[in-house]
Amino acid sequence: MTDVAPRKVEEAFRPPRNQWWDVWDQFKTHKGALMGLAVFALILITVLIGPFIWSMDPTFPNLRERNQGMSLAHPLGTDQLGRDLFARLMAGGKVSIAVGMTAMLLSLFLGTLVGVLAGYFRRMDGLLMRMTDLFLALPLLPLLLLMVTLFREPLSQRFGPETGTFFLIVFAIGVTSWMHTARIVRGEVLTLKEREYVLAAKSIGTPSRRMITRHILPNVMSPIMVSATLGIANAIITESALSFLGLGFPPDFPTWGRLLFDAVDQMQLYPMRVILPGVAISLTVLSVNYVGDGLRDALDPRIRGR
Amino acid sequence: MRLKTALMGAAATVLTASAAMAERGADGHVNIIYWQAPSILNPYLSSGTKDVESASLVLEPLAGFNEKGELFPRLATEVPTLENGGVSDDLTTITWKLKEGLVWSDGSPVTAADVIFSYEYCTHPEGGCSQAARYEGIQSVEALDDLTVKVTFTAPKPNPYNAFVGSTSPIIQKAQFENCLGAAAQQCTDANFGPIGTGPFVVTEFRPNDVIQFEANQNYRDPAKPAFATVTFKGGGDAAAAGRAVLETGEFDYAWNLQLAPDVIAGMAAAGKGTVINAFGTLVERIEMNMTDPSPNLPEGERSTVKHPHPILSDIRVRKALSMAIDRNLLVEIGYGSAGRATCNLVPAPEMFASDNTECLTQDIEGAKALLDEAGWVPGSDGVRTKDGMRLSLLYQTSTNAVRQDFQAIIKQWWSEIGVETELKNIDASVYFGGDPGSPDTFQKFYADVEMYANNFDGTDPEPYLAQYLCDKIPGPDNAWQGENINRYCDPEYDALVAELAKTGEISKRAEIAKKLNEMLTKDSYIVVPLVDRGRNSAHSNTLGGVVLNTWDSELWNTSDWHRIK
Amino acid sequence: MLTYTLRRLLIAIPTLLFISFVIFMLLDLAPGDPLADQPLTIPPEVREKMRAALGLDQPAWVRYLLWLKQFFWTEPLYIIDGIFGTEFAFDQQRIISWQFRAPAMDVIWQRMPQTLWVVGLAYVVGVIIALPIGIISAYRQYSWFDQIGTFVAMIGFSVPTFFTGVVLIIVFAVNLGWFPSIYDTTLKITDWESFTQQIRQMVMPVAVLALFNASQISRFMRSSMLDNLGQDYVRTARAKGMSEGTVVLKHVLRNSLIPVVTVIALGVPTIFGGAIITEQVFKVNGLGQLLITAIYANDLPMVQTLTFIFAVLIVLFNLIADVLYGVLDPRIRYD
Repeated sequence: MTDVAPRKVEEAFRPPRNQWWDVWDQFKTHKGALMGLAVFALILITVLIGPFIWSMDPTFPNLRERNQGMSLAHPLGTDQLGRDLFARLMAGGKVSIAVGMTAMLLSLFLGTLVGVLAGYFRRMDGLLMRMTDLFLALPLLPLLLLMVTLFREPLSQRFGPETGTFFLIVFAIGVTSWMHTARIVRGEVLTLKEREYVLAAKSIGTPSRRMITRHILPNVMSPIMVSATLGIANAIITESALSFLGLGFPPDFPTWGRLLFDAVDQMQLYPMRVILPGVAISLTVLSVNYVGDGLRDALDPRIRGR
Repeated sequence: MRLKTALMGAAATVLTASAAMAERGADGHVNIIYWQAPSILNPYLSSGTKDVESASLVLEPLAGFNEKGELFPRLATEVPTLENGGVSDDLTTITWKLKEGLVWSDGSPVTAADVIFSYEYCTHPEGGCSQAARYEGIQSVEALDDLTVKVTFTAPKPNPYNAFVGSTSPIIQKAQFENCLGAAAQQCTDANFGPIGTGPFVVTEFRPNDVIQFEANQNYRDPAKPAFATVTFKGGGDAAAAGRAVLETGEFDYAWNLQLAPDVIAGMAAAGKGTVINAFGTLVERIEMNMTDPSPNLPEGERSTVKHPHPILSDIRVRKALSMAIDRNLLVEIGYGSAGRATCNLVPAPEMFASDNTECLTQDIEGAKALLDEAGWVPGSDGVRTKDGMRLSLLYQTSTNAVRQDFQAIIKQWWSEIGVETELKNIDASVYFGGDPGSPDTFQKFYADVEMYANNFDGTDPEPYLAQYLCDKIPGPDNAWQGENINRYCDPEYDALVAELAKTGEISKRAEIAKKLNEMLTKDSYIVVPLVDRGRNSAHSNTLGGVVLNTWDSELWNTSDWHRIK
Repeated sequence: MLTYTLRRLLIAIPTLLFISFVIFMLLDLAPGDPLADQPLTIPPEVREKMRAALGLDQPAWVRYLLWLKQFFWTEPLYIIDGIFGTEFAFDQQRIISWQFRAPAMDVIWQRMPQTLWVVGLAYVVGVIIALPIGIISAYRQYSWFDQIGTFVAMIGFSVPTFFTGVVLIIVFAVNLGWFPSIYDTTLKITDWESFTQQIRQMVMPVAVLALFNASQISRFMRSSMLDNLGQDYVRTARAKGMSEGTVVLKHVLRNSLIPVVTVIALGVPTIFGGAIITEQVFKVNGLGQLLITAIYANDLPMVQTLTFIFAVLIVLFNLIADVLYGVLDPRIRYD
């Protein structure tokens, strides 16, 4: 792990190449990860390009064709207002994946930052962890209500109603879900800090910034990866709860979580309406999880060498 | 209102009374589920309908409403009227007589003192009584003897049946609540959780927001009733779960107010364990038009105030076109099924008050377009009409509720067909209806162009309801946004007519004026665009007998007649 | 370690006071009104009087100080009175919930049994099944056991409980009729029959929650084990001829527990926070339902009291986690 790590003999004869190629080589050997990547790419392509091919308006209520089953005109049927389910799933996926990914990244960034700082610098530990306690203790719903009241109008005036809401939701979810990651990362950093190689690097005068980026961060990757997969699922579902409460996107704006939520009452009559968004969410989370697994293995030089 | 209805009501009770043949408590146990859980059993401190209805198993008023909206005596011997001399000729007093031999569930007699105390309890300035409006305009309540109470009003009252009538103003026991007047009301947990009453049941255990256990009142005035020995009243969950528990699993016998999509209810009822019942009251789902400009570009404190008339909706032709584009029957079919019917009226019932206005029931997209053309709104390249550089674009808000969101989506579609662009917004009900002057999202502030919600009136007299649209009830920053004239409608002619209604005693004349007022708000001005007359769906198991759904009073108004069908 | 613990406990006092203040201000500033549920037929003047009766006409800092006094002085006195039969708290105003007009603490105690039974048990079950699954999944990485474990875990936390709960109800309560769909909080266990009834009504909510908890914890357990299985000390231990069981269960497990302890410690306070959605679906009406209905009804004293108790538990269990780090890895020093 350290800068002067011994290299294998044959590697010395190969032309130097970017280490990301090594990562990719290792990643390729991981079947699950490749599958995950393929599925995730497929979902992304469907969601991004699909609406250009299947150009039905997801919010158009066709009142003559309510509650239709699968047919050529509507491959996945229609909902209680005659809106095309396939178009809604694609439109919903775009929002859900965007919200899920960005909110997860924001919360990971905040969590890792706070966790590493608190774990590494003893002086900041007390303050940062008490702040974490505070955020863990705050009741979520009133906090979100307050944030929406304060920021919804300025944001939608600035960026338009949809982009404004998007920022608001991502911010709201990110700011209220980083605490677990922070606590976990801090715990790991506390033990890593006392490991021999860290002490060794310290003794040769490695500056803190370099210590953290080169030695600490790569070694807390695996809990971060787990947090990431959990975070996506959490963000998608929280978004649906927010929109349901009227704190999120406008009511006719489909998202996966909302499609699922709205259809629960009709589960017995139209099971497809709950199964489809449910499967979409699970598939996304599952594929991200496998990609995360593969990435973690690929980033770990000990495994990569094997 | 005077009172043929009351007499008919009295007659109706005599008939139902003869149905009793069983023995008290012979039918064992009954389970009731409300998806909103009761938090207190004192209706005077209630925080919503759920509390009042659960308390109605225990506490009773002097007179109540039956399923037809007619008055019938409960603790009183008869309903006082002008004809029987109970109401004075000048309409300023009403005299109630209590039934003889009435006792509380603890065995002590019910007297005029209890009635007077109930009035004092609710009108105490520090008590924060939720039902204080029912006791408005009363000068004094006095006992003529142990069983006779005379209520004197400050001015002639054409409708004297507010105080002590209906489950929202029951009689509470003086002995129990004596030390709970005013600010002390909060401390009386035992009394608030277990009021002593005259009704068919007695509270044995109350767990707030969870469950209530009742047993039959051994001192109930009819020795053969109630048929059930014990009652479990469970609260919480959601409407679908409550419906499922009655209609599909059969765990519960009665479920209240199943606000579910028509096909979901039909699917549950197909299981064959229970029956869905429905009835209509005065609840109307409507779209309210904002007559003032809600634009966010105006300084705070001037948005949605009478200073700035609405740039688009001030034109009646636009309002009328918006109403014409709506197919109300289709809305009913999608959102309410048997629990709704299309209406053009703000006052849909009682029958004598309901206008025969049905013009709005046929959708007329072409007519709406023509009307907008006439008003000078010309379609732009993207299909949205413009006039003088302004787009015909509206913000349409409502509370969070699955059916309302469906309605928003459909109406947005219809409006887009006539060239109106709509932005939708939904707000959590606790904020929307909360009336917090600090929040921009309350229905009173109305920072939107149109909004949708439902409202109704207590009892059968629409006067206070129609009086909400007076000029001086416009909410604004000067009155902390408290006011019921949500649309900021102001018409001196309307105000004058409301004043006339307040002076009119004769029932047929009152009805005539009320109809006129209703039309002024709806078909003459399209300030209020009624959509659906919302009834109520409840469900009972097939083995539960005697259930009569009542929307004029507590749904549990006749639990003493409930029995098990064997 | 003892001085550290004591110091942390002392710091906890101002921290908690600060947290309580922030929560109070947050609740006060958040939009909403305790009268939102009242019928619209109630005129504005009456509403104004009702607000005044709740004390809402007082400025925020007065209400905050009153709450502080009630929580830290009056309520403990009541508990002492309850135990010793004394009358210290005689006639002092307790924290009164706006919805119930009754002492908030009484209702909280009333909700404790079903919350601990259902949510607590689900957590214990979740942890008990998550640890072995995590360990085996890591030890036999990419085996069929691991793959199935991963799949089930993904389903467990990507499908929300409002969905799984309703599916269970439709299958087991409606179609099969095995379990009741509505939890009876008044059930008292007196004999074998009532005991089996209690078990039957607990099966579904506990299963839903345990699945959710187990999927999270097992993922952290697995990843942490994987990290450690590749370390040099494991190779050394094996080279020394230690049995595989000792290596895995003693050395690797102990070193892998730090993130897991963190996650478990973060989860324990949430037991007392209840499980809002699951309680709602199965009508368990525990603390979670109490909190959410109080939030909807804007019952500020109740929300404040519940969240503050929750905050105390968070601070406490995070402290316990920090102390456990030191026990699991003696190299960690705080002093």
